[in-house]
Amino acid sequence: MKTQGFVHKFGDNVDTDVIIPARYLNTADHKELASHCMEDIDKDFVNKVKPNDIIVANYNFGCGSSREHAPIAIKASGISCVIAKTFARIFYRNSINIGLAILECEEAADKISEGDEVAIDFDTGVITNLTKNETYQAEPFPDFIKDIINKGGLLNSIRK
Amino acid sequence: MGMTMTQKVLAAHAGLPSVKAGQLIKAKLDLVLGNDITSPVAINEFEKAGFQNIFHQDKIALVMDHFTPNKDIKAATQCKQCRTFARQFGIKNYFDVGDMGIEHALLPEKGLVAPGDCVIGADSHTCTYGALGAFSTGVGSTDMAAGMATGEAWFKVPSAIKFNLTGKLNKWVSGKDVILHIIGMIGVDGALYQSMEFTGEGLKNLSMDDRLCMANMAIEAGAKNGIFEVDDVTLDYVKGRVDREFTVFQADEDAEYERVIDIDLSSIKSTVSFPHLPENTHTIDEVGDIKIDQVVIGSCTNGRLEDLETAAEILKGRHVAQDVRAIIIPGTQSIYKEAIKRGWAEIFIDAGCVFSTPTCGPCLGGHMGILAKGERAVSTTNRNFVGRMGHVESEVYLASPAIAAASAVAGKIAGPEEIL
Repeated sequence: MKTQGFVHKFGDNVDTDVIIPARYLNTADHKELASHCMEDIDKDFVNKVKPNDIIVANYNFGCGSSREHAPIAIKASGISCVIAKTFARIFYRNSINIGLAILECEEAADKISEGDEVAIDFDTGVITNLTKNETYQAEPFPDFIKDIINKGGLLNSIRK
Repeated sequence: MGMTMTQKVLAAHAGLPSVKAGQLIKAKLDLVLGNDITSPVAINEFEKAGFQNIFHQDKIALVMDHFTPNKDIKAATQCKQCRTFARQFGIKNYFDVGDMGIEHALLPEKGLVAPGDCVIGADSHTCTYGALGAFSTGVGSTDMAAGMATGEAWFKVPSAIKFNLTGKLNKWVSGKDVILHIIGMIGVDGALYQSMEFTGEGLKNLSMDDRLCMANMAIEAGAKNGIFEVDDVTLDYVKGRVDREFTVFQADEDAEYERVIDIDLSSIKSTVSFPHLPENTHTIDEVGDIKIDQVVIGSCTNGRLEDLETAAEILKGRHVAQDVRAIIIPGTQSIYKEAIKRGWAEIFIDAGCVFSTPTCGPCLGGHMGILAKGERAVSTTNRNFVGRMGHVESEVYLASPAIAAASAVAGKIAGPEEIL
């Protein structure tokens, strides 16, 4: 599995309230959620984001609420992968369960800049910065998680 | 190698003699929880996956608490979907307007969680039930859907931080101040992927309401769960509420901890978290002159009986400052009723407060107390992120019910000593 796109950069502790504010949680519609993605941290994000783009952030991305609306909004906005130094655990779990690719990589988060074009190989965990001509190594997913993703998410993986 | 409390509960529910940190396990669940925001997403997934049945009619709880009484048509539609699903599958523990409360105040009160249980909830503050010695953690809606269908969930066994509590809290200092102090010390990701295990001789001096408040905010340090050693306080609380057998798990003496942190409860001062992260803590004597527009006393963190008692003690015979809105929200119908019976409702209303039916409402900027641009609130809730209670340029200061009540009277952030 591979992806390639342009980078939107964020800092530490990007919380689920700024990813998708609670005032929009009266719907579970993916497109509607995506139309408010990142609204309280970057009002212009929904206008800038293009299919396959990539979010790169620092520590504790997705902290706060357990709302699955957060990874859903990010995925439905067109983002193909989130790279961060660390993820909050519920966000990490939710992303895998709904099939939003996420990778932990300190070096990538430090060296990638806003607007860089980046290619990711999920099988090897290699992140290539095409703009800066650099590569960074992320931990590939453990087999258990790979299995969930390969089967198309948690619910498909548990169906007999 | 010995196991922590959390590891013992997880091993028992995975049917394994022992587990160790980092191990991936599948555990049987005693309860699966959802609310009016997260359940609709779970129900959609459940139906899309084609599941025909739920794993147990008594072991799923759906609580309509976030945007209820329905704040708008969309919220009403979401509750309707939950209600239809609950009736279709005969879910016994469905709580709607009239008998619902804020989920994490309601479930322990109803005896739906027992010591030693393994619980998941599609709400991050599901970690609250660790106060009862249960393993309890927040998950998303897909995990909830899978849990409702199979009665199982996968977990990575967490390592732990042990908090060794000694001493006794001073007057006006509560569990809220202890947990804010801890988050200030270790940071909002200080316990990431870990369990926070509370033990020590100081435990006996913490009431169940203090413990529920502390376990509730374990997620605000990034923790997977918070858990308290079961003692007489716990057993007294569950007596008459929990009507089934349960197992009390204690940590092994040789259990391994990533860190051990000693906390002398008598040294904790009233603590306030400044915007926009719970880790931005200051003790009340360092706060300075901060004028406020709104006070909220309530939520799954601080909407319990002792919280309202503290507020009533401070507000009795006093009045909220001019241009401050004070909103007091009991956690459950039974707390609401008790507050009326004890005369606190009258105290609140005479003081110029709103005293509302249970709802999560303002905590997450849903309804019942939204902030305008530039406004500031002191709130007993659990998060002060950007835009959490309203406009992105509003501010939330997290504090105990004592600080919140005193601040309402003072019109600025203040401790009870400043107004009594």
